[in-house]
Amino acid sequence: MIHAHASAMAKSLAAGDITSVELTQQHLDRITAVDGDVHAFLHVDTEGALSQAAAVDARRASGEALSPLAGVPLALKDVMTQKGIPTTAGSKILEGWRPPYDSTVVSKLKSAGIVILGKTNMDEFAMGSSTENSAYGPTHNPWDLERIPGGSGGGSAASLASFEAPLAIGTDTGGSIRQPAAVTGTVGVKPTYGGVSRYGLIAFSSSLDQAGPCARTVLDTAMLHEAIAGYDPHDSTSINAPVPQVVAAARKLDVKGMKIGVVKELSGAGYQDGVRARFEESLEELVKAGAEIVEVSCPNFEYALAAYYLIAPSECSSNLARFDSMRYGIRIGDDGVRGAEEVMNMTREVGFGKEVKRRIILGTYALSSGYYDAYYGSAQKVRTLITQDFINAFQQADVLVSPTCPTTAFKIGEKSDDPLAMYLNDIATIPVNMAGIGGMSLPCGLAPEDGLPVGFQIMSPAMKDDLMYQVGGTLEAALLSKWGQPILANAPVLGVTF
Amino acid sequence: MASISRDEVANLARLARIEMTEPELDHLASEMDLILGAVARVQEVAGADVPPTSHPLALQNIFRPDVVAPSLTPDEALSGAPAQADQRFKVPQILGDAE
Repeated sequence: MIHAHASAMAKSLAAGDITSVELTQQHLDRITAVDGDVHAFLHVDTEGALSQAAAVDARRASGEALSPLAGVPLALKDVMTQKGIPTTAGSKILEGWRPPYDSTVVSKLKSAGIVILGKTNMDEFAMGSSTENSAYGPTHNPWDLERIPGGSGGGSAASLASFEAPLAIGTDTGGSIRQPAAVTGTVGVKPTYGGVSRYGLIAFSSSLDQAGPCARTVLDTAMLHEAIAGYDPHDSTSINAPVPQVVAAARKLDVKGMKIGVVKELSGAGYQDGVRARFEESLEELVKAGAEIVEVSCPNFEYALAAYYLIAPSECSSNLARFDSMRYGIRIGDDGVRGAEEVMNMTREVGFGKEVKRRIILGTYALSSGYYDAYYGSAQKVRTLITQDFINAFQQADVLVSPTCPTTAFKIGEKSDDPLAMYLNDIATIPVNMAGIGGMSLPCGLAPEDGLPVGFQIMSPAMKDDLMYQVGGTLEAALLSKWGQPILANAPVLGVTF
Repeated sequence: MASISRDEVANLARLARIEMTEPELDHLASEMDLILGAVARVQEVAGADVPPTSHPLALQNIFRPDVVAPSLTPDEALSGAPAQADQRFKVPQILGDAE
């Protein structure tokens, strides 16, 4: 039953119609069949997954009360540590590393009985929008294998769209959950910053990084969200407050009286025609469902991309200093004669890819004395202005919406030599990270010009993640009744049948 | 307008402990000029009256109670080390002979 939603799988497991071992095996078989084409996984933990599944089946057989998603399989982005399982963050510098501890997200998945199938491909250290920056080769979009699956979490999104897994974990620093969801016709949520623990998430940009849930429906995403969210004393930026009731919100299917703000600056020039058309049709669906559409202006968003490409590289240049070849990861050139610094220099040259080096150098520059105020300092001020824009906009609307990305999936290789063109992919997703609020992408149709999925972004105020699930669930239901079948039924490549 | 020389990029690479090749430095120097030109836009709106934001949450430093808690064993902590000896990380020499 690999084509079912995670919530339906959970029901079948609870009813005894299928065991977790059977369900897990079906997904492992699917991975064997299609992952040669898709390359969503860097590591498949066949034995571990089946033994986790058997343990859940035994607990269920003994009459134990289990979590709602117990026994359902999941794909884990390779940026999260899982004890004893190879974890590379898509980088050569961590090749062969097996972490000695579980990230908090993994601990929570394990205690919920969610079965971890393996680790998914990603742009190296989550730096990228196409998964082409992985040291282990690109992931292919299941809609068209010549196209990118988004990034950095392209592996997680592609695993969902190719029915290799019904649930996945992503991380989102500037859009790395939402943009892959948009271009693969799946759902992804970046929770409010601090809503999901970062303990065991290999850090890229600590003030922006946020792990979150990915799935094929809004409800499945909400169920996974509740499984992984919550206060964690291991993360000093974890929010010590109750988790928003996102599952109940996803089930409401009602937006009557809600005000939905369309961000003027996140559409128009630079956005593909088909993206705009599907976005506007979705607004009409929300109006039919009883919502009121208002236009809001966030004038400083036009500086968000520039500020992001100073703040994120600055934080990354500091965070990635830990990869020094001394305590973990590869070591190059240690011949007994060379000193530590030379070995470090050689290891980092070989271990880091082009984009990672580019950002380390940019960040090192932006933080240097003499340039700090002009670059990093100015970017931090822009961050204040963006947050202020959101505060003002949320006084006029309950949630804000925009297309998730300006275009549908582009071809592999198309932008890999033009970093500035690549960075533009994130133009609509970055403001959310800068302000630390919540953001969701859900599919809103296919662009007529290329037949590829378009993402609809919903942004909710900090700690009000339930609002984006409420609007997302309602829009999803309206679109499903209009289409008559899920969007992935149109994915032509991998022999998907419903 | 932002402008960065190849020598500056070479110095940054040295500071960042990355031994870049000559062609890499050439390429990066030209890219950095373009990228810095684009990101310098932040200066247009970053007035003296705007306070900086370093973090999305209003954070206070958090201390945990000073009690012993379970942690990694020495073997676990060393499990990913490129080299080890006597329950320690073994590293190349850190002080040069001639320095």
